[in-house]
Amino acid sequence: MTFTPSNRSKTRAGRVLVPALLLLATLSISGNALAKDQFRIAWSIYVGWMPWDYAAQTGIVKKWADKYGIEIEVVQINDYVESINQYTAGAFDGCVMTNMDALTIPAAGGVDSTALIVGDFSNGNDAVILRDKTELAEIAGQEVNLVELSVSHYLLARALASVGLSERDVTVVNTSDADMVSAFASGGPTAVVTWNPLVSEILAMPKTTKVFDSSRIPGEIIDLMVVNTETLEANPALGKALVGAWYETMAIMSKDDEAGRAARTAMGKASGTDLAGYDAQLASTKMFFEPADAVAFAKGDQLPLTMEEVASFSFDHGLLGEGAPNPGFIGVAFPGERYFGDDGNLKLRFDASYMQMAADGAL
Amino acid sequence: MKRLINQCPGPVSTAALALLPFVVLVLVYLLASDARLAENPNDKLLPSFTTLAESFVRLTSVPSQRTGEILLWQDTGASLRRLAQGVGISAAIGLVLGIVLGAIPLIRSGFAPFVAVLSLIPPMAVLPVLFIVFGLGEVSKVVLIVVGITPFIVRDLQQRVQELPRELIIKAQTLGANSWQIILRVILPQILPRLIDAVRLSLGTAWLFLISAEAIAATEGLGYRIFLVRRYLAMDVILPYVVWITILAYLTDFLLKQISRRVFPWYHTGGPGR
Repeated sequence: MTFTPSNRSKTRAGRVLVPALLLLATLSISGNALAKDQFRIAWSIYVGWMPWDYAAQTGIVKKWADKYGIEIEVVQINDYVESINQYTAGAFDGCVMTNMDALTIPAAGGVDSTALIVGDFSNGNDAVILRDKTELAEIAGQEVNLVELSVSHYLLARALASVGLSERDVTVVNTSDADMVSAFASGGPTAVVTWNPLVSEILAMPKTTKVFDSSRIPGEIIDLMVVNTETLEANPALGKALVGAWYETMAIMSKDDEAGRAARTAMGKASGTDLAGYDAQLASTKMFFEPADAVAFAKGDQLPLTMEEVASFSFDHGLLGEGAPNPGFIGVAFPGERYFGDDGNLKLRFDASYMQMAADGAL
Repeated sequence: MKRLINQCPGPVSTAALALLPFVVLVLVYLLASDARLAENPNDKLLPSFTTLAESFVRLTSVPSQRTGEILLWQDTGASLRRLAQGVGISAAIGLVLGIVLGAIPLIRSGFAPFVAVLSLIPPMAVLPVLFIVFGLGEVSKVVLIVVGITPFIVRDLQQRVQELPRELIIKAQTLGANSWQIILRVILPQILPRLIDAVRLSLGTAWLFLISAEAIAATEGLGYRIFLVRRYLAMDVILPYVVWITILAYLTDFLLKQISRRVFPWYHTGGPGR
C-alpha cells in the first residue's frame, strides 16, 4: 500500500493535536483557587525588585510565611513581560510590575489586581539618550529605538510633549531590551529610550548625551508588587506575609552598616553588577524604605493624576483593548474611596492598608 | 480479515479523517475558551471566535490610528519582501556554489568541508554579531535568513550534482563538450528543479529566522506585530496572524511546486521527482 499524502497529514496533525489538547486543558483550569495556603509570586531583575531575591534567598520570606502559616514560593522569571503574562494567565498569585503594565496587562485582561506594595518610583533610571546631539528637541525626525508599548515608550511621549513635539515627529523602532546595548554599539541607532543598567552602559559610550530622564516626571513610573485581588481577599495572610518580608528587607538594605552593604552587594551580584553599580542604580531610584512614605505616596494627590495620564497614553496606543471606548474604561481605585475611570469596572486597586499595618508595627 | 496496515480509507473517508483533527482542535478551543470567558468575560488568553473574526476584519480593513496603514497588509508586504530577498539571495548563492562544489573536484576539496562547518553554526547564536556588522535595519534581517538557509541549499545541491548519473557526464564528454558546456548544458538544467525542492524545504526555516529577526528590532512585519502585541496578551491579534502566516507559508510552497511542475514536467514523471 502506498503512503499517501493524506496519511502523512493525518499523523502530523495527530502529533500537534495531543500537545495542543494538553495545553488547552491546562489553560482552562483557573489558577486562582480561593482559600489556600500555598502561593507563588514571580519577580524579574530590576534594581527595585532585587530585594525579593534577597528576601527569598536569606529566608526572610519563609520566616514571614511561617508566621502566618502559609507557604510562599518566590520564582525568578528571566523575561519581564512573560512574568506578567504568566501572572495574568493565573500561574502566579503575585508579580512585580510597573504601574503602566499593571493597568495594560492584567487589568486590561480582566484580572482584578491589587497593588499591594508601592516599592519605589524611577527617579532617573529611565532615560532618553541621543548620539552626537545634546538637545531633546533635536530628536525630531530621528529613528528612536525602544521597547515599544513599555514605560520607555511612555517616557518618550512625555519627553516629546515637554518640547512641543509628538510621536509623529519621530519613527519608533521596536527593539528588544536584550539587544539594545549591542545595537547602539553597532553605531546604527542615534536615539534610544531605555532603563538601567542599560542606560549607564550606553552613556559610557562616546558622544552620547542623556537629554531626558524619569527624574523630570517623578512618581510616574512606579514599581509595584501586584497580587490577585480575589486571592488577597480570601487570604489576607498572603498580603501580611509579603509586606512583612518586604519591609524587613528594606530595613536591612537601607542601613549603611555591614549587614546593609552585604545585602546590597548580594542584590548587585544577582543583577550582574557589584555594590558600587547597584548603589549607583539605587541613586536614581526613589525607594520607599519606610512603609509610612509608601503609604503617604499611595494616599497622595499625585497618584490618581499619574494613573489618568498613563491611562490616556495606554488608550491612545490601543493598550486597553479594542473594546475600550475611553481611557477611563478600566477603573482604578485609590486609598480613601477615590477612583479614576469606571468604578463599575474596577480592575486595578492601590491598597495602602497592608503597608499601613507595617507602618504601625501591627504585623 | 484484512490486516490493519492494508486497510485504506476511500476518498471520502480520507477527507473526513484529514479534517477530523482540525475539527477536534477547534472544538477543544471552543470549550476551553467558553469556560475561561464564563469566569472572566475580559479574558484575553483564549478569545471567542467572534472576537477573533472581528479582530481579523479590523486588521484587514480598518486603517491604523497611528500610521493610517492597514496593519495586516502592511506587515505582510514587509515580511514577504524580506523573505523574498533572503530566499532569493540564498537560492542564487546556493545554485552557483552547489554546482561549482558538486562539479569541480578541485574546488570541492578546498571548500566543501568549510561549507559543512559553516552550516553547523546556529544562526541565532551569531545574531548579535550580525546586528553589530549590518546594523538594525533591513539588511540584517535579510542577512539572517541568508546565513540561516544558504549552507543547507549549497550542501543539498552539491549532493544532487554529485548524484547525477556519471553516464550523462561521460556521454557529453565523448560528444566533445568542455567543462563549462557540461555545467551549463547538462548539470544546470538537471539541477534547477532540485533547487526548487531545496528552497521549498528551507522555507520553514526561512520563516523562523524572519520572525526572529523581526521580533528583535523592526517597525513593521508579521513577526514584529506578534511580538509587539504579546506585551499585552492580545491573543485576538496573535492567533489570526499565526493562521495567516501558516496560509502564506502553505501558498508559497504550493506555488513553487506548481512552477516546478509547469517548467520541469520531465522531473515529475515518476523517478525521484515530487
